[in-house]
Amino acid sequence: MAAIDYNELIPNNVNLSSDRTLQRALEQWQPNFLSWWKDMGPDGSNNFDVYLRTAISAEPNGWAHFDHVKMPDYRWGIFLAPAEEDRRIGFGEHKGEPVWQEVPGEHRANLRRIIVTQGDTEPASVEQQRHLGLTAPSLYDLRNLFQVNVEEGRHLWAMVYLLHRYFGRDGREEGEALLQRRSGDQDNPRILNAFNEKTPDWLSFFMFTYFTDRDGKYQLCALAESAFDPLSRTTRFMLTEEAHHMFVGESGISRVVQRTCEIMKQHGVDDPAEVRKFGVIDLPTIQRYLNFHFSVTIDLFGADQSSNAALFYSAGLKGRFEESKRQDDHKLNDLVYPVLDYADGALTTHDTAMLNALNEVLRDDYIKDSVGGVERWNRVIAKLGVDFKLTVPHKAFHRSIGKLAGHHFDPQGRPISAAEWQKNVDSWLPSTEDRAYVASLMGRVIEVGKYANWIAAPTVGLNRQPIDMEYVRFN
Amino acid sequence: MNETAPSASQVDYRTDPSRYQHWTLTVDGAVATLKMNVAEDGGIRPGYKLKLNSYDLGVDIELHDALQRIRFEHPTVRSVIVTSARDRIFCSGANIFMLGLSSHAWKVNFCKFTNETRNGIEDSSRHSGLKFIAAVNGACAGGGYELALACDEILLVDDRSSSVSLPEVPLLGVLPGTGGLTRVTDKRKVRRDLADIFCTSSEGVRGQRAKDWKLVDDIFKTSEFAAKVQARALELAAQSDRPIDAKGVALTPLERDETANSLDYRYVSVKIDRNRRVAELTVRGPDTAQPLEIDGILAAGARWWPLQMARELDDAILALRANELDIGVWLLRTEGDSARVLEVDATLARHASHWFVRESIGMLRRTLARLDVSSRSLFALIEQGSCFAGTLLEIALAADRSYMFSNPDVPEEQPSITLTEANFGAYPAVSGKSRLAQRFYEAADEIAAVRGALGIALDPKQASALGLVTATPDDIDWADEIRLAVEERVSQSPDALTGLEANLRFGIYETMETRIFGRLTAWQNWIFIRPNAVGEKGALKVYGKGEKPAFDFGRV
Repeated sequence: MAAIDYNELIPNNVNLSSDRTLQRALEQWQPNFLSWWKDMGPDGSNNFDVYLRTAISAEPNGWAHFDHVKMPDYRWGIFLAPAEEDRRIGFGEHKGEPVWQEVPGEHRANLRRIIVTQGDTEPASVEQQRHLGLTAPSLYDLRNLFQVNVEEGRHLWAMVYLLHRYFGRDGREEGEALLQRRSGDQDNPRILNAFNEKTPDWLSFFMFTYFTDRDGKYQLCALAESAFDPLSRTTRFMLTEEAHHMFVGESGISRVVQRTCEIMKQHGVDDPAEVRKFGVIDLPTIQRYLNFHFSVTIDLFGADQSSNAALFYSAGLKGRFEESKRQDDHKLNDLVYPVLDYADGALTTHDTAMLNALNEVLRDDYIKDSVGGVERWNRVIAKLGVDFKLTVPHKAFHRSIGKLAGHHFDPQGRPISAAEWQKNVDSWLPSTEDRAYVASLMGRVIEVGKYANWIAAPTVGLNRQPIDMEYVRFN
Repeated sequence: MNETAPSASQVDYRTDPSRYQHWTLTVDGAVATLKMNVAEDGGIRPGYKLKLNSYDLGVDIELHDALQRIRFEHPTVRSVIVTSARDRIFCSGANIFMLGLSSHAWKVNFCKFTNETRNGIEDSSRHSGLKFIAAVNGACAGGGYELALACDEILLVDDRSSSVSLPEVPLLGVLPGTGGLTRVTDKRKVRRDLADIFCTSSEGVRGQRAKDWKLVDDIFKTSEFAAKVQARALELAAQSDRPIDAKGVALTPLERDETANSLDYRYVSVKIDRNRRVAELTVRGPDTAQPLEIDGILAAGARWWPLQMARELDDAILALRANELDIGVWLLRTEGDSARVLEVDATLARHASHWFVRESIGMLRRTLARLDVSSRSLFALIEQGSCFAGTLLEIALAADRSYMFSNPDVPEEQPSITLTEANFGAYPAVSGKSRLAQRFYEAADEIAAVRGALGIALDPKQASALGLVTATPDDIDWADEIRLAVEERVSQSPDALTGLEANLRFGIYETMETRIFGRLTAWQNWIFIRPNAVGEKGALKVYGKGEKPAFDFGRV
């Protein structure tokens, strides 16, 4: 085995070539990962040359190396953000103590669970998106899809690295299990339900990368605060890549909105049925997709009152978003936080112990951030002179987790009856007909520099390349 | 300790399926399905939410009732699937916030009833041809796994995330004390080192390893799980001797009159003397002729004396245990015509193989077994007009002491007791032995002597000679003797008495049940009052608040 040049095969900054624990684990796991990628990675893409960004080191000039590569040859690496000297725990009962370089035995089970849950989402989204390559609206978008996919693959590697390096036999078994679960598989589903939903079309993909990958950002930010330093460093490096995924989503929706508004203006049409005649996605349908993805994603933050959230925080395993910028004691023992409640037919809030409400805190931070992109889309709409505003639905709308689950609210947060919900659901969430219409637009556009009719071209290309570059070569 | 006051409102164990909040019982041919779907806001006490299919006493009261319905109202049910209506959660065990808020006495009483219900599942499997399958269709932790352990077989969904676990030690600093630890060894025969790992890892064990370690009997993929469970339920049903075709007997609501200091049923009365801290519990024999043949027995149904009396006694015991903590001595009496009781015993024996008679005997057996584990001093008072014969003599044999009134000068005014075959095995105590065998430590000569007295109305002298009663004060001494015995008893430490009584009642015979009630409960109750569990920073107290328990690491 000494003949293998690990550093060449697997770019890393974790001393892989001298770490026998890690070598033994990865020798087993790497072939299984490649086999998973061939089975479940982007459909029919293994021979394509894709203009990909590869991280080859954690230095400022090393994390974004661009070149055409075949995806199975993409060098999935293991990178941790550089160690901070004398890093101290920033919150919880151990605040001020040095961070941990090894897993404390008492937190083994919880840390493992956190890492497995995060890790499971990475291959899941690749699986959800694997057929989208067949209906890409352009080479530019196809390349973005593949970029997102390989990076989710690398994020899986990052989590598996932690499992292999720090969790012994259990960690190796969990690493295997991450390759065995399948998105949407009845027998063997992914852990979180949102990752078992289909991503059937590109509008869903853009919504997913905007909303759901942003959940990923918030989870990673919270984990970047962890007292377990390897987890913190790993997630900090992952965050550099996550930004691109959200960019794909935000710019993708923005281009869809732009194209629709252009057509509306050009032909003087407003009625969704008329708009559809021109082969673009009407704004109310975009709103319904938005409602769906927003509501499913905010469920991912978990129950509004959670003893695990309290435990994870106090133990130093998972912090808040931008923990260090917050002006409080970072222990939160006596603080309260308002949580939405439903009682006697009305939405109310009540103060609950902040430690137990940390899922809600993170969810609210996320919501504030999500609204920003929606406002930018509205500026595109306004600039083109169309009178329409996209909005995020109320936090209570279409929830399946927490206190609001099982009750019905309209997108403004007004409590309604089940009958009223049934009557209006097709105007609030994508109907079968909406989905069929969007699906009907999905045809593959692979001529260099061409874009599908329903989406505008981007204003600039990637890595300062032209927008009509051959981002993917099919060979 | 911040305790709720359980006495603020009385616990009522009576319920029926129309009032269930947490379980649904469906019957499809020979298979009954019990689905758990706990109502979060349906706690029996305020202050906690029953999240994630966690349970409290109220949830267990419904389970107990549902089992009774299956036994009596659904005689053609031959196997029972215990499962969850929730997605990916089977049951997460006893509600921790409830335990954190509860007084020690409430916890112990709750655990005891839960234990008895689980033992009842095994009792019905052993005696009544009912087989139970735990269809573990999601995460199964703590008391959830203990419930599964009480079933004959555990089938676990293999979805790569659902596990079985006993996380009491790592998460709560207590034991899986409602049978969990004992059944893992005694029943499942999990090797001790594997059990050690299992009981100290909060995440539990799933899939093939759970099967390899004998924690579950089989694992199935999600897509085939329901079908496999159903198929196995039908296989088990095929082995049952319950009737193919029979009409059930409705368990009509138990009627009772109550005042602040009394409970009155048709055949059972309880009077509480709060000053003396004594409850006088009287069981009455049949007051009318009881049917001799099956048709009449079925026509009487829930009004048939053995069943109605057993249900009433059961309810009275449970009510006293939950609601009358200070009442430390129960004086047990009977009233009625011994001949009628003997006639019923003969009827029970003659038709013992009929499903309804068998279930009624089972009800008597489980009710009498509740006396064995009630943490109260039990004194039987055998007086004139009593009917301690056969089945009802078991009440005196279950007591810690029995006093029999004597009056050598007027022999016709003396009470008698009568043994029947029922005393030799129909109602085993939790030790698995008859109370007679246990009383005489199975000494052959003493048992033979007692057997020689079968069917004879024994006067105080004879009863005493055979060792069947503790003392036989005469008419002059009686009142004072009893008064002194009771006053002395209630003056002694209730904790020491509970320990003493349990030791002497269980005697020298160990079964899984005695180990659950004795060994495990003793340890658990010790752990439950230690600061490491219930102190301000104890594991049970801080659970869920995000605080770490502060242990005193000194080993005791």
